[in-house]
Amino acid sequence: MSLGSWLRDRPHFLEIVYKAAENFVTRLDPLISWIGYDRVERLITPPEEIAKEIVFDCRMCGQCILHSTGMTCPMTCPKHIRNGPCGGVRGNGHCEVKPEMRCVWVEAYERSLHMPIYGTEMTQLQPPVNKSLRGRAAWITMLTGEDKEVPAGWEGISELTILDADHTCWFSSQEE
Amino acid sequence: MTEEAQKTLVGSNLEHVLQNGTFAVTGELGPPQSADGNVIREKLNLLKSYVDAVNITDNQTAIVRMSSIGAGTILVEEGMEPVIQMTCRDRNRLAIQSDLLGAYALGMRNVLCLSGDHQDFGNHPTAKNVFDIDSIQMVKMVADMRDKGLFQCGDEFKGQKPCFLIGAAAAPFADPIKFRPYRLGKKVNAGADFIQTQLVYDIEAFEEYMDKVRELGLHEQTSILAGVGPLKSPGMARYMKKNVPGILVPDKIIDRMSEAGKPWSDIKKEDRTKEDKKARSQAWRKEGIQICVDLIKELQKIEGVAGVHIMAIEWEEAVKPIVEGAGLHPRPEMKTPVL
Ligand code: SF4
Repeated sequence: MSLGSWLRDRPHFLEIVYKAAENFVTRLDPLISWIGYDRVERLITPPEEIAKEIVFDCRMCGQCILHSTGMTCPMTCPKHIRNGPCGGVRGNGHCEVKPEMRCVWVEAYERSLHMPIYGTEMTQLQPPVNKSLRGRAAWITMLTGEDKEVPAGWEGISELTILDADHTCWFSSQEE
Repeated sequence: MTEEAQKTLVGSNLEHVLQNGTFAVTGELGPPQSADGNVIREKLNLLKSYVDAVNITDNQTAIVRMSSIGAGTILVEEGMEPVIQMTCRDRNRLAIQSDLLGAYALGMRNVLCLSGDHQDFGNHPTAKNVFDIDSIQMVKMVADMRDKGLFQCGDEFKGQKPCFLIGAAAAPFADPIKFRPYRLGKKVNAGADFIQTQLVYDIEAFEEYMDKVRELGLHEQTSILAGVGPLKSPGMARYMKKNVPGILVPDKIIDRMSEAGKPWSDIKKEDRTKEDKKARSQAWRKEGIQICVDLIKELQKIEGVAGVHIMAIEWEEAVKPIVEGAGLHPRPEMKTPVL
């Protein structure tokens, strides 16, 4: 078992790390902005790429939504679906296009059930990817807000979550 | 559909039928792998007056065929209403929008937004795919063009907006089954006016799905058309059960099919004549149609099912007996959009 898959099987731990890192980076924002986003980005892009590649098989789309997709990179889906899964998932939970691979979205779903902090975001609408951010460091595009720039018409809608009738967390009814 | 969005009536026949609360019937037509428009006209004659609108597939199973908008134009000319299928596999957001502007100008009023089958399955596996946006993002893009007068980039429309009735697909029985109603909810939130589901053979499983859909209130925000299709043989039923993801075929249906061909299947293989085989195939098909009719009658009883989508590609002759058998004939008078 690789380090990546060992970590991915601990989604709750990962979401805690993500939340802490987000706090940390946000707090550093004044400093980063003082040094210059460009400069810092040049520095952190290579390590971000390597780390996320090892852990998530990350494709550097530049607008990371890992925490909303069960800490599973949606760009590894052969159809690049950001609001998956497609209707072709095989009976054994594997991808219809790559039978040897588990469907990215089945994994995202299963992991999100163990993510009390961000799990519900699985039901949010993910806007179209801004392809011009490809290869950029997502921590920086987060700070500059570029990753959240959505086309007119998309404002607000991405925050919509689908809740069960009792208004609890969406997956309260999902037994494992 | 968000509250602030202004829902415009598109004036399509399908919309009309659904709004009147009539149990809708849609059909499906696969364009030819050629440039022969008469193929479309011939198939259309088998569907006309039995369905409210006809889906035109878009390079289905990733095999090159006449374009859905091209074929749809022929339908419009013939006084039939198309549902243009549009996949994300072959077009980026520019192409999708521009094609839809053209489709609207040519009189098309319904669109079904799909991710699309991956090219690995088709006859051009060496091609590059697009998948610039996904089907849910496409639904939202088409809804924003209609309701907010915006291109996907946020630019405003200057002239006529394309007003489509927006459809999306649902796979109630594909893994992870428990997430499927929520994914449907995402499509509804994106703005899907109607939903066509994958083939339903297992009524009990579909009822469970619909229970959850109703609990989430989705059936009130979108019109759900359950997918049905006639079986041709027990072999086909077994094949689907085993090999097609997202389709559940209960054993009792397979048994019904086998039973129908029993008098001929019981004949020893070496003694079975050509005529026997033909008779058996006919018996199977007859039973396949009857099963389809029975399924539709069951589906009509499920709260929140607004209609059926009959998938009888390459067997369009079956649509007439199915619709008649289910008591869904005659269809409401066709309301063609004002061009
Ligand atoms: S089965 Fe899963 S991973 Fe494969 S194309 Fe569909 S959504 Fe993507």
